[in-house]
Amino acid sequence: MSGGEALREPWESLRRQREAAGFGMWLFLNSEALLFGALISAFFATRFFHPQGFAAGGREAEIVYGTVNTLVLLTSSLTMAMASFATRAELRRVSFWSLGLTLALGVVFLGLKIMEWRSDLEKNMFPGPGFPIEQPGAALFWGFYWALTPLHALHMIGGLSTVGFLTWQAARGKRPLRSPAFEAAGLYWHLIDVVWIFLYPLIYLQGRASS
Amino acid sequence: MSGHSLGEGDPRTLRAILWRTVPVWAALIALALSSCALAYVPMGGFNMAASLAIAAAKMVLVGVFFMHLRRPDPLLRLSGGAWLLWLGFLLALVFADQATRAPISQPAHSPDVTGRETGPGGMPGF
Repeated sequence: MSGGEALREPWESLRRQREAAGFGMWLFLNSEALLFGALISAFFATRFFHPQGFAAGGREAEIVYGTVNTLVLLTSSLTMAMASFATRAELRRVSFWSLGLTLALGVVFLGLKIMEWRSDLEKNMFPGPGFPIEQPGAALFWGFYWALTPLHALHMIGGLSTVGFLTWQAARGKRPLRSPAFEAAGLYWHLIDVVWIFLYPLIYLQGRASS
Repeated sequence: MSGHSLGEGDPRTLRAILWRTVPVWAALIALALSSCALAYVPMGGFNMAASLAIAAAKMVLVGVFFMHLRRPDPLLRLSGGAWLLWLGFLLALVFADQATRAPISQPAHSPDVTGRETGPGGMPGF
């Protein structure tokens, strides 16, 4: 496949187009970093007043689901990075395998997340009537939990849709593997991973050493 | 700009791709498991600090090796690092406000008044 097919207007060369795609995606990722950064700083600002309540709340988070999902997401970043290199090198089989694995791992992540939410709700871990932890601040911790994890899952659905669409286009021959879109989608996927890298200690590792 | 600035030096074979990515993944998995294990070691206020430091190390690995920030492209590095500056402003202002105003405006929640668990320097466990 030639670079001409991947090249779109208004760029004069695939190199410039690639640079623009990366730059544009990074600008978007900056806004995403500030969205999650603001929520995480609110988390710490609230935790400042309720260290023990947050520890009590955190101990009830499902650490097995959280840890397995961390490993799943880190592995999906590996396959996405491989896809990014493989599409660029136009290695067709490696590209489709790594894109397919990335999508599969993303679906596994969401599936585990739904199972975890079900388990949380069975334990009534939703701030409001019947919330089982008495310490002040624990309900605030779970408020952050129910704000941050669905927001992250929405981003995961966005990532799955984007990577799925690009893979579908490539499989039908409508998008050459050299298209810079794969690399840009990869940047977004890795951002989802980086956000989770920070949510993991905030949510699941809180208060484990104390009782 | 050097010839490698936009990834012209990127791996072209499966073997080279695996060689470039799998060691980074192994380090990420090792860091994730060690942060999980460390969370059960009683370190007082340093538990969260340690797990956040490990998270930051993982972020650097993903950013440099998977998000291509190791490419010597000034535009990419600037756009890839700009959020640190803005987030730095945000965090500095939030916590400056909290450290100076919270004990006055919310004395009931002040860790010093209630005698809640405090970390080094009288600050609550981070």
